[in-house]
Amino acid sequence: MDDERSSDKGIVLTEEQKRRRRARSIAIALVLAALVLLVYIVTIVKLGPGAIQPPR
Amino acid sequence: MTDLSAIEQRAEPALALSSAEVADFVALMKPRVMSLVVFTAFVGLLLAPGHFHPVLGFAALVCIAVGAGAAGALNMWYDADIDAVMTRTARRPIPAGRVLPGEALGFGATLAVGSVAMLGLAANWFAAALLAFTIFFYVAIYTVWLKRATPQNIVIGGAAGAFPPMIGWAAATGGVALESVLLFLIIFLWTPPHFWALSLLRSGEYARAGIPMLPVVAGRAETKRQILLYTGALVPVSLAPWLLGYAGFVYGIMAVAAGAFLALLAWRIWTVAEGRPSDLAARRLFGFSILYLFALFAGLLADRAILIG
Repeated sequence: MDDERSSDKGIVLTEEQKRRRRARSIAIALVLAALVLLVYIVTIVKLGPGAIQPPR
Repeated sequence: MTDLSAIEQRAEPALALSSAEVADFVALMKPRVMSLVVFTAFVGLLLAPGHFHPVLGFAALVCIAVGAGAAGALNMWYDADIDAVMTRTARRPIPAGRVLPGEALGFGATLAVGSVAMLGLAANWFAAALLAFTIFFYVAIYTVWLKRATPQNIVIGGAAGAFPPMIGWAAATGGVALESVLLFLIIFLWTPPHFWALSLLRSGEYARAGIPMLPVVAGRAETKRQILLYTGALVPVSLAPWLLGYAGFVYGIMAVAAGAFLALLAWRIWTVAEGRPSDLAARRLFGFSILYLFALFAGLLADRAILIG
């Protein structure tokens, strides 16, 4: 934890911590994108073309 | 291990930075357990009558897999204290210090809510309720309550692992039928011999961790007797889908042949002398039990493929 703290700069991440945080962020982005795609496809399959047609 | 020390173990320092790799979060979901869950749920989904859109089927399987992963993460969050003292589990992400307990709790809870909601939207709310109950059962009933309280922990808790084919079936049909209950029963009765064979090999570790597994509480001889009894109940039940006409000859042959071999291994465990031969017999039963369950469900799939083809 010594590397992470500096009295005047607050918490400073090590290069390894930055790399791991970046990898986690990318993974979250990919999972969210997959979720959006899944919800979109499920919506189309369940509702059919009517999902994008306005009600009359 | 007292409840107080378990809570202290789960407490986090005021300032803690995550050093988790993505792979650690994957490990939290117990991918090997997840693969069995997906496979059995897939079989339940495929055997169900009627037409279910393949895309919705895929979405349902993803939800069931994620729900199982959520349960695994919440289990690892709660069990971090005992995982740390067992060599089999000491390298899991939380006891190894790579994932903070709070991270695992948040991760598991988010996935649990998300998977249930998504299954409700993609399939139906009955299947979603069944998935929610399964997660609740595994985390609250098995992990929090039974695991540390009774040697019947894995017998009752085994229900959580037996629900996935029922959820798959429910996703496709919106209900429960005798066929899906039989799939549940097969996994339910398979769980005790499978885990007790493992616990015979790890009884020292379970004792050190304070987990009242059957060999620790009732002794090795009684555990072997129970393994034989449960195997004796499992094999006839495994034949039921074939005898009742729900499955064809491929499943029938699989169930008879694999069941006979499983019974032979269980008998050998019971009769063999203590020491090295006993450990070898337990290891063989544990290893074959995984193959056995896979073979049964693969047999059901094969019969369905023959029927469709």
